[in-house]
This record gives sequence, structure tokens and C-alpha cells, in this order.
Amino acid sequence: MRMPDTGEILLQVEGVSLAFGGVKALRNVSFDIRKGEIRAIIGPNGAGKTSMLNVINGFYHPNHGAITFKGRTRAEMQPFEAARGGIARTFQNVALFKGMSALDNIMAGRTLKMRRGLLWQMLRYGPALAEEIEHRHRVEEIIDFLEIDAIRKVPVARLPYGLQKRVELGRALAMEPDLLLLDEPMAGMNLEEKEDMSRFIIDVNLHYGTTIALIEHDMAVVMDLSHRVVVLDHGVKIADGTPDEVKKNQGVIDAYLGVAH
Amino acid sequence: MIALGQVLEVLIGGLMSGVLYSLVALGFVLIFKASGVFNFAQGAMVLLAGLALVRSLDLLVARGFSPWTAVILGIGFAAAIMAITAWLIQRFVVGPLVNQGALTLFMSTIGVTFVLEGAAQMIFGSDVYPLRLFPTDVWLLFESHFPGGILVNKLDVWGAVIAGILVASLAIFFQQTKTGRALRAVADDHLAAQSVGIPISWIWFVVWLAAGLVALVAATVWGTKLGVQFSITFLALKALPVLIIGGLTSVPGAIVGGLIVGAGEKIAEVFLGSHIGGGIEYWFAYVLALAVLLVRPQGLFGERIIERI
Repeated sequence: MRMPDTGEILLQVEGVSLAFGGVKALRNVSFDIRKGEIRAIIGPNGAGKTSMLNVINGFYHPNHGAITFKGRTRAEMQPFEAARGGIARTFQNVALFKGMSALDNIMAGRTLKMRRGLLWQMLRYGPALAEEIEHRHRVEEIIDFLEIDAIRKVPVARLPYGLQKRVELGRALAMEPDLLLLDEPMAGMNLEEKEDMSRFIIDVNLHYGTTIALIEHDMAVVMDLSHRVVVLDHGVKIADGTPDEVKKNQGVIDAYLGVAH
Repeated sequence: MIALGQVLEVLIGGLMSGVLYSLVALGFVLIFKASGVFNFAQGAMVLLAGLALVRSLDLLVARGFSPWTAVILGIGFAAAIMAITAWLIQRFVVGPLVNQGALTLFMSTIGVTFVLEGAAQMIFGSDVYPLRLFPTDVWLLFESHFPGGILVNKLDVWGAVIAGILVASLAIFFQQTKTGRALRAVADDHLAAQSVGIPISWIWFVVWLAAGLVALVAATVWGTKLGVQFSITFLALKALPVLIIGGLTSVPGAIVGGLIVGAGEKIAEVFLGSHIGGGIEYWFAYVLALAVLLVRPQGLFGERIIERI
């Protein structure tokens, strides 16, 4: 059991509601994510977990409520602006650039950090070349860290699922985010792959000090990894606290075992 | 007995006109590579660019501008029209369809085709307008080696040079620049591209602008050859077999596909046509494309289609 962090609040979700037509995906959800912690979002299928992540990084715009990130309450925001602000994410069904190599995919994560103009890059000369090399160094560090050296030139579509997930994590890390959103980072993995991924997540949190919010169905993993857990069910927050507190919560047990509402 | 000089002449003529097909096919490849959308409107964009150019040229010349000034201003005007078109398409058609399937986007470009064709002719007129940007006379080469020499159209040579420059710059743009990488990323996955901070609306504007400018280049050459007229939109149909043969995702493929189609149909017409009755030129390319589809569905230079089960 790891101790919860008591850092300052990085992201504050306040009274967020989201509806698609008649379907209410999120209802008045509030919680916070503190700097340096690993925050899990759990809940049964259809609880609104992915919708919550999509609201945080701007794919969806909430109908009500506000989101405050790094002290700034933001209005409607586009995903690329979220990325610019320091939010990176991975997806439930791996969303990689399939035609590109693992290396190019991770380089794509550096898009925002490159400054030199189009013309310089076309000439591949001078400052642009130096810049490209510098980014390549950072990317190689990440490749090293995730132990995927051997597959760096392989088109990602050919990689097994577990490795694709790792490349996707690498791309998110390449953005050097302040907040990393992981949507089921271990879905469809075998035990060994899950252990590897858990190790990477903890290392990212410890070494880079990256704040992480993750959705995961494997309860053992969640209880091991996270400092604090928020539980959603049918779009409503039903519990929030340390893994131990959440485990004992009657509402959570009911939601998972299915009690007649 | 077929003379060598005649074979060469047919071959060179065919290759040259193939390059002109490639010019149109390039527009398709560009949009497809960068957004995963098959842009049905490419032919209409050639028409729009051609009309904007030729009508503004006529007007400028009539106002007493010197030919060179008129050409520069006219091309500038046509490029501006293509930029506005790109912005409108991005803002009102493909922009609202972000994260939709490729088929939905394809259907929307069919709509764009009709609007562009209608609007272009409403604004700029619907006659046949002659365009004289490039010389249209011919060279006779190797007159000492072959009786009568080998006839080469100067316009075709211009077309080939322009296509070469275009391909070189597009290839560098796609492979070596941050924007190029962003374009490929957007084509692969909208969501993922947005999540790493690629502003998808800006990228799509760039893509449609580039396709518009390629259309303008194609219009200068084809307009000189045929005159700017509605039938120029049918070039899009001729570009289809070129794309299938070369591969929908490859810039060099568009060029090679164009060369194969151009040379193939001319040679077939001249040397087979006399035996089985002419008109081969009109269907040869499609049969060739069909054959390629059977053997290599991704085209000669297309990316291998990898399916994980």
C-alpha cells in the first residue's frame, strides 16, 4: 500500500454534467486530482469513466460544470489546446498512427515542442536539424525507458497488442505532460504484460513526477497502484477516497455486485 | 513494319500525357494521405482554379496590364480563390465531420463537387476559354536519325518539368517536416492526433489548400491543352486508374501510374487499335487498373494493407 500524496490540487472537476441526447453520461460529478498522485477512476461498464477523461482533455464539452487545470478555470476547449496545456492521454482501444514506425509515433508526441519553421525543416539544415536531433535524443530516452529498442523501426500495426499499448504510453510521455490520462492501460494484457505496465506507470510517477489519472478494471492493479480512487456508477460519483476506504464502501460493493435500484 | 522512330514518338507522347494525368492524380493522393478522405471534388477544383485564372487573365489583359504582370496577378488571384475554397470546405463541410468515418467524408466531397462546379460556372461563366500560358508548338528531334524526326509537344515537356518539381517538393514536405508528420498522423487517427496536440482544423485547411494549389497547377497545363471548360472535370475519372495502379497513398506512385497509363494507352491505340478496331484509348486504362486490382490491391507503390485479427 502506497501513501496518498497531499500535494496541491492540479485539476479540479466541479459539478460536471454531460448528456448525449437523452443519455446522461455524467451527472454533477466533482473531484480533484492532486499534483504527483496516481488517481484511479473506476466503475462498472457504462459508468461514464471514458466520458470523464474525454471531458478533461477536451474531446467532449460538458453541458454544465467547470474544470480548473493548473489554477485556470477554462471555457470550452479543443483537444489540441489541452495538449498544449500539458495533458496527454492514451486510449481504451489503442489509437496509434498505424502506418508509422514506433519511433515516428513517439516523435509525433514531440510535435508541440518543435519550433523551427517549415522551410528550415524542408531544407534539413542548420537549426532545424539540430532541433530534430535534440528531440530524437529525448525520444530515444523514452524508448530506452519503456524497453522497446528492438521494435523502434517496426510499423506499429504489426506489433502485438501489449507492445502497441507501450508505444502509445511512449507517445504520451514524449509530450512531457503535467497530467497523464490512461484509459485502461492494461486491458487485454496477460499477467506478465500487466506487471510490466504497472512498473512503468509507477516509474513514470516516481521518476518524472508525472501526475496520472487512470481508468482500470483490474481491481488488484488499481488498489496497488493508486493513491486515491474515485468511483462512478451510471454517471454519478458514488465514492471517493483511498483504496482501502473505497474497498469497504457499501455503495461500491452494491454497484459492482449489482443490487436492484 | 513499324518504324523505330514511330515507336519512340508514340512512347514519348504517351509518357508526356501520362505526366499530365499524374498532375490530377497528385491532388487525390495528397488529400488521401493527409486526411484519409478520397476527395471526389478534385476535378471540380481543377475547373474552379482554371476558370478563376483564365477569367482574371482576360480581365487584366483587357485593362491593359502587361502579359507578365497579368499572369502573376492572375495566378495570385486564382491561388487566393483556392485558399478561400479550402477554408470554406474545412469550416463548413469536413470540419463538423471530424471523427466521422471515411465513407461519410467521401460522401461529403461528392456534395462539394456539385457546389464547386455550379458556383465556379455561375461566377466565372461556362464557355470554353482558351488559356495560353505555355508554348503549344512542337519540337522535331533527331531528324537526322529518323525520317521526319520525333515529334515532341513543348507543352508536354513543360507539364513534365512542373510535375517533377511538384513531386519533389511534396515528397520532402511529407517526409521531412513536422507539418508533414502531423498530416500523416491526422490521416491515421483523428483522436490520437488531437491528443498529441495537433490542431486538426488547421491541418485540414493546409491539406485542402495544397490540393487546391495542385489543382491550379494542373489547370494551367490542362487549360492550355484543352481550353478551360467544364469537361476538364472529367479528368478526375482519368485519374482513377492512375491512382489504382500507382497506389492511393504514394506520391511517386501517382507519377509512375500516370506514366504507365499514358504510355500504355497510346501504345495500345496505335499498335493494337488497328487490329481490333480503334477507341482503345478510352478504356485501356480501366482494364489495366482492373488487372492491377486483382494482383496487387494496394497498387504498385501503396502501403501494404496489414490486417490483424
